[in-house]
Amino acid sequence: MVDFGGWELPQQYTSIRDEHIAVRKVAGLFDISHMGRFKVTGEAGLGFLQSLLTNDLSRIGRGRAQYNLMCDEQGGILDDLVVYWGDDGFFVVVNASNRERDLAWMRSHAPSGVDIEDRTFELALIAFQGPKAEELMPAKGLADLQYFGFRPGQVAGVTALVSRTGYTGEDGFEIFVAADRVGEVWDAILAKGTAHGVLPAGLGARDATRLEAALRLYGNDMDDTVNPYEAGLGWTVRLDKGDFVGSAALARIKREGPKRNLVGLKTAPGDIARHGAAVRFQDRSIGSVTSGTHSFFLGYPIALALVEVASLRVGETAGVEVRGRQASAEVVQLPFYRGSARSAAAPAKS
Amino acid sequence: MAGRLYTKSHEWLTVEGKNVTVGITDFAQAQLGDVVFLELPNPGRKLDVGESFGVVESVKAASDLYAPVSGRVTATNDQLAAKPELINSDPYGDGWILKLELTGALPTDLMDEAAYKKSTESQA
Repeated sequence: MVDFGGWELPQQYTSIRDEHIAVRKVAGLFDISHMGRFKVTGEAGLGFLQSLLTNDLSRIGRGRAQYNLMCDEQGGILDDLVVYWGDDGFFVVVNASNRERDLAWMRSHAPSGVDIEDRTFELALIAFQGPKAEELMPAKGLADLQYFGFRPGQVAGVTALVSRTGYTGEDGFEIFVAADRVGEVWDAILAKGTAHGVLPAGLGARDATRLEAALRLYGNDMDDTVNPYEAGLGWTVRLDKGDFVGSAALARIKREGPKRNLVGLKTAPGDIARHGAAVRFQDRSIGSVTSGTHSFFLGYPIALALVEVASLRVGETAGVEVRGRQASAEVVQLPFYRGSARSAAAPAKS
Repeated sequence: MAGRLYTKSHEWLTVEGKNVTVGITDFAQAQLGDVVFLELPNPGRKLDVGESFGVVESVKAASDLYAPVSGRVTATNDQLAAKPELINSDPYGDGWILKLELTGALPTDLMDEAAYKKSTESQA
């Protein structure tokens, strides 16, 4: 068990390798109840979220979810989150490590008439992810649920909110369910799926699959010193929707162009470039690795690195620090792997 | 053959005359998680007790390996290059790492199984 934002989470249930492969080939079941969940209600809720977040919620509607960033006035990323537009308000799912800071930030910006409630401890959240997730869900009528759509339903006879979202690059579902009933849903999914190869999956498999899909991890790949354009998340910034916190700074950054960008690196087996490892090109330090691991699925180590903009092109060879020496790294296209998710890592790109 | 001996840095060793076989303990492999790569010395290299002789890379981190005794490397486990997961699945058998020819006396702070088990219980 490891400490993750104050929650005890398993790095693995059995083996990171087996769990990782299960997610890619069949499906894996993750407990992601550590993620912060806020309910935002009130007449002014939509306007409030529009004035605080970078993406444009008017592009979705009830029953749809949207990936968003929350930035400070300088355009630095405070968190990445998903907003669910429900019948009676909005659900905002944030990173565990940022929950308290996000809540304080949101409340300090909320106008009167907007209520923000922390529901993290009443609701559990589990994710069932993999190419066979739909087929093996103990629930009916999910075939027409769109990517980033969600709806109330019964999972194994328990009332839940089922969302077609995830953090693995695979098709699958995130299931919001009352904390005192989540055990039944968990057990039912495993009871149906185990014979097909479904495994419970821990943080190790979650990190490996999200990295293969090039999904950014807050605190590793981005923080408040990184702006959305540097993180390759400019597609979530809708400057045309009107003013929001950070919009003036982001408009300037977009005009002038970002100074750094995230690139994908592939190294030889054994050369795992870890967070913070220096990246060099033509005898010059150009940045550092933000996330790196060995991909059991691809068979080689992969890494994301934040480097001087346009310093590395796909196909070029850079140097990266591994165990105190310089290893050779090939610059590769992101994502490293495109799974069964119905849309790419960047949905509704424009 | 004498029983397995253990170090504070979680290597195990067996000693038969001058021939020493070294690996990492079951506790160590469980803490490391899935092993993906080992960097090991060439046969012939002389190691001093406590010297770092290689690295084990798991998905989580890179960890140094330390020589439990002074000796000359006579062999490394060739199977680990293709199957590093043997460290996880069979740490005391097919997952052995290194064979040494002992060049000095055995250190006095090596632990037997009971003492090692006790020392890991306080760390788990």
